[in-house]
Amino acid sequence: MHRFILYVALAAALAGCSTPVRLDPAPVEDKSGMGVTAGATAQPPDSAVAGANRVTPVNLASRAQDAAPPSAGPSVVYFDFDSFEIKPEFERVIAAHARTIKLDKNRRVVVEGHTDERGGREYNLALGQRRSEAVRRALGLLGVTEAQLEAVSFGKEKPVATGSDEESWAKNRRAEITYR
Amino acid sequence: MASGLIDGVRRALELALALALLLAALPAAAQFRVEVTGIGLTQLPVAIAFRGEDQLQQKVSTIVQADLERSGQFRAVDSGAVAIDETSRLDLAPWRQKGADSLAVGSVARLADGRFDIRFRLWDVVRGQDLGGLSYAVPQADLRLVAHKIADFMVEKLTGEKGVFSTRIAYVTKTGTRFQLWVADADGENAVPALTSSEPIISPAWSASGMQLAYVSFESRKPVVYAHDVASGKRRLMANFKGSNSAPAWSPDGRTLAVTLTLDGGSQLYAIDTGNAGPPRRLAQSNSIDTEPVYAPDGASIYFVSDRGGAPQIYRMPSAGGSVERVTFTGSYNISPSISPDGRWLAYVSRVGGAFKLHVMELANGNTNAITDTVADESPSFAPNGRLIVYATQIAGREALMTTTLDGKIKARLAGQSGNIREPDWGPFPRQ
Repeated sequence: MHRFILYVALAAALAGCSTPVRLDPAPVEDKSGMGVTAGATAQPPDSAVAGANRVTPVNLASRAQDAAPPSAGPSVVYFDFDSFEIKPEFERVIAAHARTIKLDKNRRVVVEGHTDERGGREYNLALGQRRSEAVRRALGLLGVTEAQLEAVSFGKEKPVATGSDEESWAKNRRAEITYR
Repeated sequence: MASGLIDGVRRALELALALALLLAALPAAAQFRVEVTGIGLTQLPVAIAFRGEDQLQQKVSTIVQADLERSGQFRAVDSGAVAIDETSRLDLAPWRQKGADSLAVGSVARLADGRFDIRFRLWDVVRGQDLGGLSYAVPQADLRLVAHKIADFMVEKLTGEKGVFSTRIAYVTKTGTRFQLWVADADGENAVPALTSSEPIISPAWSASGMQLAYVSFESRKPVVYAHDVASGKRRLMANFKGSNSAPAWSPDGRTLAVTLTLDGGSQLYAIDTGNAGPPRRLAQSNSIDTEPVYAPDGASIYFVSDRGGAPQIYRMPSAGGSVERVTFTGSYNISPSISPDGRWLAYVSRVGGAFKLHVMELANGNTNAITDTVADESPSFAPNGRLIVYATQIAGREALMTTTLDGKIKARLAGQSGNIREPDWGPFPRQ
């Protein structure tokens, strides 16, 4: 193996060390009638290039964390593929949160919709919005005031499972009820 | 015994030499990342010979050659080891014999103040004509930019079209939990992070002036649209309404930003004046998802994605709103439209079987081609001369950015950060 690398390197060295071929300064065949004057047609040195593509980096501080969620039980609603229909088993989850939210009119709740990784980022953002909106509407129907609720989407940007299989996808198709 | 010792010493010396040579060869090898995976039909043969590059880590001639090859319009002819530059009185006959139609000669010299003096001249080998030249005196940091400008000069002289190699590309990387928005040369090199955040960044979109990037940032734990002056780092909140704010698209005159908002629950299209903070104007009404707006280059119409027909398809409407017409009819999942600068071509992503593939449609007749072999294509964006498309995809399970010619024959992987790389947007020609 070492020997092989050595041969390759030596071959490269030989190729690299070959004496440059000096061309005789033969005149250029010139059919245009214009003489060839060295450097005459080159534009004057251009310093405008410098700094033309300046970029000033911006570094955002880490964000504040969510408020500690009240004890309203599980806060994730899972969805079927390509669906934003709330399955019966999650109606109890939503009802528990509705009761908690209604106890404190100052509480702000953000429902975050998510999708699995398949498909475009913006279209998935819109699909995730349908899921968060479905949960927001369900909370509204249970008497939570509009002003306390916001439905947003993260699309496929924040998966909880990173695998590319149905098990991971199922965990990522979700809406999370978060308290701010 | 004695010969064994001499052999040993010689071997040690050879190994040291080999190691030194390998290390010396590494930067040059790492820099050349054009991977041509198809064969073009008509490529102009070009030879490039620069003098005085030995001291440079990044050779100007190598960058020029990589640019030209990536364009799909040129083929490099080996120039051999010749000592010529832009001042040489050339015998063009040997170059004609090598099969070169044109010859780029130049030199790089270090100036007393530490800057570099780069001179270059282009010859039409067939006609024996001097096609002109360029010269620059720049700091080392701008050597790549000078190489791109030389490549652009050659493209323009030899094809009559403007080159795109001194333009810029924006893209996003994710490394662990860190998201970064980068601005890089059109070959992916020279990347500078414009924004670093612990929350996702998606959908960067260059303004027509090339000064600003609009994008969606999740830094406030929801999608919000910013406009970001790249040179100064100044950011402006453009859309931060209740719900989700996403999919920004600049009008060609820069006065309007089309966005997707969820003011009434579902994702709908709105226009926002970039000059003052007036209320968003609704562009279309539907009970379905409307998103991913893009302006046609003439500003008269907006292409967008809607699932009003039951599945996502691409539609078009007047940019002030009005009657909507469907554009894509094949397939049940067509998203992420991008329109070529001449308005002739639509690039988009279509789901075929379980695969997401980049397609190009000729808008005049609806003829459509899938132009990749990959299965997770995203976010196509046209180069400002309309000759190339940059897009995100996955290669061997890793995210990658690629450029392709419109016929899909010449593809090149862009240099860039290791790890996850996505969401490319090709910037406009620089303003003179």
